[in-house]
Amino acid sequence: MKRFTHWSPRYLFSRVLLYGAAILFAVWVLAPLYLIALAAFSRRQAIYVYPKPLLPLDFSTDTMTFFVTSTGVLSSVSNSIIVALATIVLGLLLGAPAGYALARFQFRGRDLFQIALLVTKMFPIAILSIPLAVSFIQFGLYDTLLGVVLIHTAMALPFVVLVTRSVFFGVPHELEEAAMTLGCTRWQAFLRVALPLALPGLAAAAIFTFMISWNEVFAATILTVQNRTLPAQVLTQLNDSPIYYRYAGGFFMIAPALVFIFIIRRYLLNLWGPMGK
Amino acid sequence: MRSKLESALPFGLLFPSVAFLALLIVVPIGQAFLLAFQSETGDFSLSAFQRMVGDTAFNEAVRNTFLLLFAIVPLQIILALAMALVIHTRLRGQTFFLYIFAIPLAIADLAAGLVWLSIFTERGYLNSILHHLGWIQQPILFLSYQNPQGIFSAIVVAEAWRATAIVLVILVAGLQMIPRDYFEAAELFGAGTLKRTWYVVLPLLRPSLQTALIIRTLFAFQTFAVVFALAGRTLPVLAGEAYTWYYSNRNPAVAAAMAFLILLLSLAATIVYLRVLRVREEEVGR
Repeated sequence: MKRFTHWSPRYLFSRVLLYGAAILFAVWVLAPLYLIALAAFSRRQAIYVYPKPLLPLDFSTDTMTFFVTSTGVLSSVSNSIIVALATIVLGLLLGAPAGYALARFQFRGRDLFQIALLVTKMFPIAILSIPLAVSFIQFGLYDTLLGVVLIHTAMALPFVVLVTRSVFFGVPHELEEAAMTLGCTRWQAFLRVALPLALPGLAAAAIFTFMISWNEVFAATILTVQNRTLPAQVLTQLNDSPIYYRYAGGFFMIAPALVFIFIIRRYLLNLWGPMGK
Repeated sequence: MRSKLESALPFGLLFPSVAFLALLIVVPIGQAFLLAFQSETGDFSLSAFQRMVGDTAFNEAVRNTFLLLFAIVPLQIILALAMALVIHTRLRGQTFFLYIFAIPLAIADLAAGLVWLSIFTERGYLNSILHHLGWIQQPILFLSYQNPQGIFSAIVVAEAWRATAIVLVILVAGLQMIPRDYFEAAELFGAGTLKRTWYVVLPLLRPSLQTALIIRTLFAFQTFAVVFALAGRTLPVLAGEAYTWYYSNRNPAVAAAMAFLILLLSLAATIVYLRVLRVREEEVGR
């Protein structure tokens, strides 16, 4: 009986509609990515071709090679990686203890701190980077990677705290307490019990931090002249570069991001879910 | 002694991040205030704001920023809601589709602008597709400075593509917090899909919608790299002007004034959303 209703025309119709919609949305997301990859892996002269073929008939690494060997690109890529890695280290060193405290302790000012974190996420990046550029000149941090690391850490820190908080929430407190009754100090219990269990979540927080830093363009451009990160390099070359340079640059920025979001896909909902409890 | 140490522990753990955020967020905002409101002699002055408002691109930048906001945010909410509802019905490959839909989360705004540049430019993919279909003879100049509507639409599409994902993730997380019983009860009483969505899902989703609206609106005030990639300065926006004042015009004071304006707009928008979409305590999903 049940089976019969499940295969009624109406049910089938609604299923077809549902999968149709899901596939349509997937195409909407994926098609532009396919096209930029197509553009980035064509010959440079292909920009004059019109109408363009929609299949990779003309596959070539010419455009990408040109981009990677352009002045400043390779060093900007290594700058981007250095800045993102340093942001991860600094962000976790500063943020993970706070996340742990929020997950484990009830204390005065706990709610205030969490609200303050949400508020700091609200501040436009312009209002931080413009005055910082001015004061970084005084402190000798202007046009240094350290300066960019500092502002990227400030941007990522609220996320790191909130993510590590939910990570440590997921590690039962009882395990640490058990370790402590068995003679561990609090620090040993954390190091030997809580930390190993929290590692996958902390790795996800690290990757998320990497993405924030890798993608950030406004502050990185404002704070540097020579020591550009990749987005800053591409942005400042926009008007002076051939269009295939820009396609290659766009693709080059996107490619690692795709890998990263695949790795942390299980944590996506935690990162942006309601911050309530 | 030991218990005193214990009760100090959480504050010790919090201290590094509090100190860092104070140094790199609170202090700069104070400095931005000084930059924007101080004359060269150190007195209170509105001259930076006067210069900002007097600039020819200013009115246009304000107008464009708001027009983009009004065009993009509702589009994103509707699109994300549709995607979230599709994900939420138990279709096979749910997690796969969620991952696909969430991909743009990882994509930089600058990169997204460049992706859509390859599509909308004169010899780009959209014109090629239209040509292959035989719908056009000559390529359409979507991004020509003589075609402001074309540029505007291209930016709206690029932003809808890139930043719908964040709304989607917030809404999916919100939907998961609504107990299944609610839907099942509504179904039992004979409510169809549309009715269920309208009377059960949307009201319960209000806290998530509020969060999504606030986040998206604040980001919309900062829209900048997508616009630069697609239009350069043909279509000025607030954040882009802040960048130009600092980077090209070498005027940190006016740039800071611009940043202040963006901050004020962000605060105002947040307050409006909190008021209009007031979330009562019992509505916060559990």
